[in-house]
Amino acid sequence: MDQFLQQMVNGISLGSIYALIALGYTMVYGIIKLINFAHGDVYMIGAYIGFAATTYANLGFFPALIISMLACAALGVLVEKIAYKPLRNSSRIAVLITAIGVSLLLEYVMMFFVGAEVRSYPELLTDKAFHIGEVIINMQQIYIVVTAIALMILLQFIVHKTKTGKAMRAVSIDKDAAELMGIRVDRTISFTFAIGSAFAGAAGVLVGIYYNSIDPLMGIMPGLKAFVAAVFGGIGSIPGAMIGGLSIGILETLVSGYGNSMYRDAAVFAFLIIILILKPSGLLGKNTREKV
Amino acid sequence: MKKNLILVLALLLVIGSLAGCGGATPTEETPTEVKIGINYELSGAVASYGEASVNGILMAFDEINAAGGVNGMQIVPVKLDNKSDAAEATSLATRLMVQEGVVAVLGPATSGNYMATIPVATENQIPIISASATADKGVTVDAAGKVNDFVFRLCFNDSFQGVTMANFASNNLSAKNAVIIQDKSSDYAEGLAKNFVTTFEASGGTIVAQEGYVGKDKDFNAILTSIRNKDFDVIFLPGYYQEAGLVIKQARDLGITAPILGADGFDSPVLLELAGAKALNDVYFSNHYSSLDQDPMVQNFIKAYTEKYGVEPNAFNALGYDLGMYVADAIKRAGSVDPVAIKDALADTQGFAGVTGTFSMGADHNPIKSIVVIGLKDGVQTTSVKVDPK
Repeated sequence: MDQFLQQMVNGISLGSIYALIALGYTMVYGIIKLINFAHGDVYMIGAYIGFAATTYANLGFFPALIISMLACAALGVLVEKIAYKPLRNSSRIAVLITAIGVSLLLEYVMMFFVGAEVRSYPELLTDKAFHIGEVIINMQQIYIVVTAIALMILLQFIVHKTKTGKAMRAVSIDKDAAELMGIRVDRTISFTFAIGSAFAGAAGVLVGIYYNSIDPLMGIMPGLKAFVAAVFGGIGSIPGAMIGGLSIGILETLVSGYGNSMYRDAAVFAFLIIILILKPSGLLGKNTREKV
Repeated sequence: MKKNLILVLALLLVIGSLAGCGGATPTEETPTEVKIGINYELSGAVASYGEASVNGILMAFDEINAAGGVNGMQIVPVKLDNKSDAAEATSLATRLMVQEGVVAVLGPATSGNYMATIPVATENQIPIISASATADKGVTVDAAGKVNDFVFRLCFNDSFQGVTMANFASNNLSAKNAVIIQDKSSDYAEGLAKNFVTTFEASGGTIVAQEGYVGKDKDFNAILTSIRNKDFDVIFLPGYYQEAGLVIKQARDLGITAPILGADGFDSPVLLELAGAKALNDVYFSNHYSSLDQDPMVQNFIKAYTEKYGVEPNAFNALGYDLGMYVADAIKRAGSVDPVAIKDALADTQGFAGVTGTFSMGADHNPIKSIVVIGLKDGVQTTSVKVDPK
């Protein structure tokens, strides 16, 4: 039992990170129907910005988190303006391929500047641990989960209680009608990219602190798994992304804890295939017939 | 146009005269210098290994030349950069042997690049020696089990480290039960794990669990939690420092205090950055050399190296230094600059005393030498035990 609870702690910490990344996927998909494959690399750049802020500027956890979120928001908007906006009326596949191109560009430009070797964060958060019976929860795990939950609540608030959020929902339902109603569609899309990327930046900093190891290709795997999480939760649905992220984190942990750790990644992607066969719209997704 | 023609003619003339020089056969009189090729990774992914080795080699050559050279000849190193690329290493080996007229080629440092130069050595009948190519298969012995005549190394191979760490676990740590967490994506870790299991079980130990991960993984909490409640005395962790550092940190965070053993893949300052000083207690790894070794030869080397380069030598520096001394020793014993005679002298080596240990060259061109097991306390190397081959 203790072991199971400990595995749940591990799974929820990991899942919170996937959930933060999955939110960006799901929001962007919800609004312009694009799977933004460069999203995992925005997360990587967020980790490096946090690294620079803490190592070279000696900032603490919260300033580093906020700087990284702001910088990633700017990066997200920039990518959208340069790479995706000119293709707004092209075929979906063209934008998708562009997204993969942007992903590779970010990875290797970063590698050119910072090198391929791993780097480690300075110790920012106390590594104090709480023992509850045999279960150990350390401060970093608590920070991850609390930050993730706080950001998700903030997002729910933005989407449902603010005017911009209303605009986002309107654009997501019908872009043309929203434009006719006087909503500035381009600005709303940029705003969506900004929020999604800021969340990825936050996830990057949290991972840098938690695992203490960052490298230019760190975004590939978590990016793909967050994509699976977004699909599982129902792509386009914000609560779905949270549930999906946590589920994938727990699934992965249970497979390596009780099954074979070598099948961990395989299990996640096998899960994706099963969802696509049984319930392509995901847990909370709208049941629309649309091909991705 | 005319100007260009003259230029081309002039160039042809120069090339012709150069070719003439190259074609001149060495005369019978004793040469005053001997050329040795250095084919190392001086840029690219594993440049730190290459540079460290070359510093050691050049230091050895300087010492030999200052003491009058080998058999009255000064050693002239021909240093080239293979850019950490196997194809480049092959073409440089050819260039060194065919154009530069070296009697032996040292390097490259990593197994893959070194193996790429083996056909060139065999074809040109000129010996190649690496100080750090530790791969089990395909280096000194080919796939068919035949020894590559012109290929040598002066480091032990990977599987020997697995054997040593298993003996260290059962003899020095009195361990009965062990858990293995290995990098499943590298041959290096695979070889280590296999030999650890065989040796550990042969000496009465039990492998309680065997877990795996893939290179570049960052989260090991799940597998560590699943082994946490098992009854074991040591963890054997074959792999490289990038993941090993994280495994050690997460294991200690989960309250696992058992000793953690590894191999030379741990030997990097990055291990300390990733794991943190607090986690690096009761961690042991095998290595080629330890700066804690009180042998006067080692201490003199450390002193001389620190004076020359301003930093303390690491294992690659020490291996490079031994490599330089070893090739010079072989030329001396061969009594000639004929590459085949030098090859025979290399193979005949008995009791060569180097800073990385005293060794004799085995029939399979692998040295029979001792290994050092280094212990870490708060991230600092504090103990070292020499284990002799059995």
